[in-house]
Amino acid sequence: MKIQSAQTGAQILNIALADDDEDDRQFFQDAIEDISIKTKLSLLNDGQELMDYLNLPNVVLPNLVFLDLNMPIKNGMQCLKEIRANADLDKVCIAIYSTSCSENDIEDTFVNGANIYLNKPNNFNKLRDSIEKVLQINWQYHTSNLNRDNFLLRL
Amino acid sequence: MKINVKFDLDITCKKVLEEQLNKLDIPHTIYSSGEVELKRMLSEEELEELSGNLSTYGIQILNDQKIALVQRIKNTINEMLEADTPQAHTVSIYLSEKLNYSYTYLSNLFSEATYTSIENFVILRKVDHAKELMANTDLTLTEIAYRLNYSSVAHLSSQFKKTTGLTPTKFQRILEKRRGKRIETI
Repeated sequence: MKIQSAQTGAQILNIALADDDEDDRQFFQDAIEDISIKTKLSLLNDGQELMDYLNLPNVVLPNLVFLDLNMPIKNGMQCLKEIRANADLDKVCIAIYSTSCSENDIEDTFVNGANIYLNKPNNFNKLRDSIEKVLQINWQYHTSNLNRDNFLLRL
Repeated sequence: MKINVKFDLDITCKKVLEEQLNKLDIPHTIYSSGEVELKRMLSEEELEELSGNLSTYGIQILNDQKIALVQRIKNTINEMLEADTPQAHTVSIYLSEKLNYSYTYLSNLFSEATYTSIENFVILRKVDHAKELMANTDLTLTEIAYRLNYSSVAHLSSQFKKTTGLTPTKFQRILEKRRGKRIETI
């Protein structure tokens, strides 16, 4: 007879969103609640809040961080660089969530270690579908031993 | 008075499992993968008591055969893709023959548990394999397409673009730039 043990709650994806726009945060939260994948979402108002959160002593690290690029105090690019320079945050996947469509911006974030680049869609259904796709693929990277170093996704 | 402690969760869990199993006189072996082999069958009551005792420590018994089967589906797909030989079978026939379940059953179970269809998982795996080869070998795209049983480079490229949102060329350029950066910082 064989039994397998696992820590309770391991099947929930932990997600954080850093965005200074209150409407965008609300929009995102509504979309993610509309998706069947079980998630726990933490909302942060700017880049500095995000970094403080990630550096809390007993924090349960998010599996995936959605990062707006234009934020006051500390912008998304600075956060990205800080996260990638910190070995403790190695396993955190980073999704850039921005209105910028500039190919240079996009490539630049990938080169600096982003895994996903998601353009902010202009309607709710599109947002819901995009986030769902990101979560599905992220779930596979989370559970299936795919190579994280090569995880790049542009939506 | 205050003290600081540091703990190794792995050791903690093993110790708890060991104590709880010994308490109920269940001979066992604990493997590191979270798998525990019990040397005898347990009665309903014993299993219930064990699972109740463990749950106070946040340890859950996965009596779920389904999760185990999903893992077997993934492993079988990996084996099939890594075989490096032209595939005579479609995925559906291969899986149902190897695992002895109807494909409809496997496919529903898989989608329910992983939020992705088996077909999508196969594509994701193949693209991941292609990325691996692009990143770590000097193979050309044509050679990679042939190896992974794509009918043409165009087919590989379009599946790659559809799955990742990037062309293979762009993907390779990003990886190269990342490497360049790493060397810079060293």
